Amino acid sequence: MSGQSERPIRVLVAKPGLDGHDRGAKVIAQALRDAGMEVIYTGLRQTPEQIVQAALQEDVRVVALSSLSGAHLHLFPAVVEGLRREGATDILVLGGGIIPDEDIPVLKEAGIAEIFGPGTLTATVIDFIKEKVAQRK
Amino acid sequence: MFDQGKLAELQKQTKEYEEKLAAHTKKRPERQDRFVTDAGIEIKTLYTPADLSDFDYKRDLGFPGDYPFIRGVQNNMYRGRLWTMRQYAGFGSAEETNERFRYLLEQGQTGLSVAFDLPTQIGYNSDHPLAKGEVGKVGVAIDSLLDMETLFAGIPLDKVSTSMTINAPAAILLAMYIVLAEKQGVPQEKLNGTIQNDILKEYVARGTYIFPPGPSMRLITDIFAYCSKNVPNWNTISISGYHIREAGSTAVQEVAFTLADGIAYVQAAINAGLDVDEFAPRLSFFFNAHLNFFEEIAKFRAARRLWAKIMKERFGAKNPRSQMLRFHTQTAGCTLTAQQPQVNIMRVAFQALSAVLGGTQSLHTNSWDEALALPSEQSVLLALRTQQVIGYEIGAADTVDPLGGSYFIEKLTGEIEQRATAYIEKIDELGGAPEAIEYMQKEIQNSAYTYQKEIESGKKVVIGVNKFQMPEQRPAGLLKVDPAVAERQIVKLNRLKSERDNTRVEKILAELRRAAAADENLMPLFIAAVREYVTLGEICDVLREVFGEYKQNIVF
Repeated sequence: MSGQSERPIRVLVAKPGLDGHDRGAKVIAQALRDAGMEVIYTGLRQTPEQIVQAALQEDVRVVALSSLSGAHLHLFPAVVEGLRREGATDILVLGGGIIPDEDIPVLKEAGIAEIFGPGTLTATVIDFIKEKVAQRK
Repeated sequence: MFDQGKLAELQKQTKEYEEKLAAHTKKRPERQDRFVTDAGIEIKTLYTPADLSDFDYKRDLGFPGDYPFIRGVQNNMYRGRLWTMRQYAGFGSAEETNERFRYLLEQGQTGLSVAFDLPTQIGYNSDHPLAKGEVGKVGVAIDSLLDMETLFAGIPLDKVSTSMTINAPAAILLAMYIVLAEKQGVPQEKLNGTIQNDILKEYVARGTYIFPPGPSMRLITDIFAYCSKNVPNWNTISISGYHIREAGSTAVQEVAFTLADGIAYVQAAINAGLDVDEFAPRLSFFFNAHLNFFEEIAKFRAARRLWAKIMKERFGAKNPRSQMLRFHTQTAGCTLTAQQPQVNIMRVAFQALSAVLGGTQSLHTNSWDEALALPSEQSVLLALRTQQVIGYEIGAADTVDPLGGSYFIEKLTGEIEQRATAYIEKIDELGGAPEAIEYMQKEIQNSAYTYQKEIESGKKVVIGVNKFQMPEQRPAGLLKVDPAVAERQIVKLNRLKSERDNTRVEKILAELRRAAAADENLMPLFIAAVREYVTLGEICDVLREVFGEYKQNIVF
């Protein structure tokens, strides 16, 4: 429906685990907002369960996870699994942070749509989200 | 400083120069419309004595080792002894980290710096549900004194100085270090080292807080009071701008917010009844060495002069040691690129040189592979060798404050000091740093976003990221933490709990609960507790019960 397509994309930017590095998460959040999306930022130290609940409550299309502490292999898939359990399989889950190359296929296999590493331009993330959300309509 | 007649003459000549310059640049435009530092301070084509017309050597610079210490805190600086080469290290288990420590000491490192994993930094044992996936990742896992004994095995604590990046539970880790020393036969009076112990910047920029500001400040002043009597050579706090800068602040904000935090700690200690000249000599600082070379040098110098004035004028400190800003520096992790990562070696070298020209007391140089992983042994060695080149080969350490008196550097130093002072006044108006946490976060975030936009627009060049890119393969040989470390750590923890005297443990924890709710100094109890192998998580759980937990206000 044409009215629906005008609705801004809602994104949850989330910091799972104990990691305190939120510069990247906040920069992405601000860039997505400036690109016309509605952005909710969870703040630090969220468990995967809390992130799943926030995503459902806020009715978001996208969850963008950020971790620089090396706990991504435990935390990112747990968020995807939680969303699946709640039947929210249409939510796009992205990851960013310090993620070694060899972990990327493992995360994609677990259902993370894309991983954005250091040096990624915010424009790349914005384009990716717009494209994927358009495809999933 | 300058002859007024000659200065007037010079101003006339400068005008002539500027006219010629304008005619020249009209024909041949400069590379950029404007040249600015990272903090946005405008940089002119040329600086002359006319830029320092009211400059007074004695008042504005003075001599190294004397107020306002802008030229350095010692009278001959590195001619006596080079800065301490101190690489931040820690990963996996205490055994692995101990091995890395010994390797670094063998290679000529002169001090230790411990990186703890996040569960340790947030006061959780390795078996806590929130520790899952985090054990041993960004640092070494320490659950109890037993792990500390392994971490420092074969390292005599009277021969090294040790810096510990620990904040919310700093008092407990210090207690472990004291008991460990005691077991080695080293009295606490002889210990040298630093605990970071800077909770305000955790709220603002780093995130490893546990308790709310009130009880956190009390733990800090407890440490000040205990150490001034019992561990006199210990740096009781390392007031840190490093993470504020990493979170995206400018150089000016780094100085301003760090010193504003410093003011809050001094005020809290005075309010707790301590005499400023008793504890202030043991305050230390920690700054970032970022990319804008001259601005960074000016920043270190400006911070030194500003702190000296604050201590003397605001707090009436009389002991020169209370007025001295002594600091550690680490090169800027956020400037390391994952693209063409070996270029990071050059970035680190220039940043390290700025710290030395700025008069740092100790230095960590980042490894080139840190945008990809924890550093490997080879990359850490190269980072240490970079410092050794600066110290031993290029003559940078042979005279005091070699850039002091440079028209540009002095002008820039003054400008940074002025702008930082304006920020500190603003924070004072808000009620001081503990009341200004969200304000500082917002300012940092705006700077971070501006910085990113400048990279994306190409205004700020990052080699390999937005200029001179090339196709490349990721380097091999990156370090990976053994995922089995968590399991081993939990087995060790369970064994400890079954072998220690648990009746005494319960008794001490009950005593701690009572004392935390009262207002006595908690340091002696922490020492008694860790001696009985009460774990970090058990102690912090009791404190959480009594103090509550900090809830972050989300600023975005």
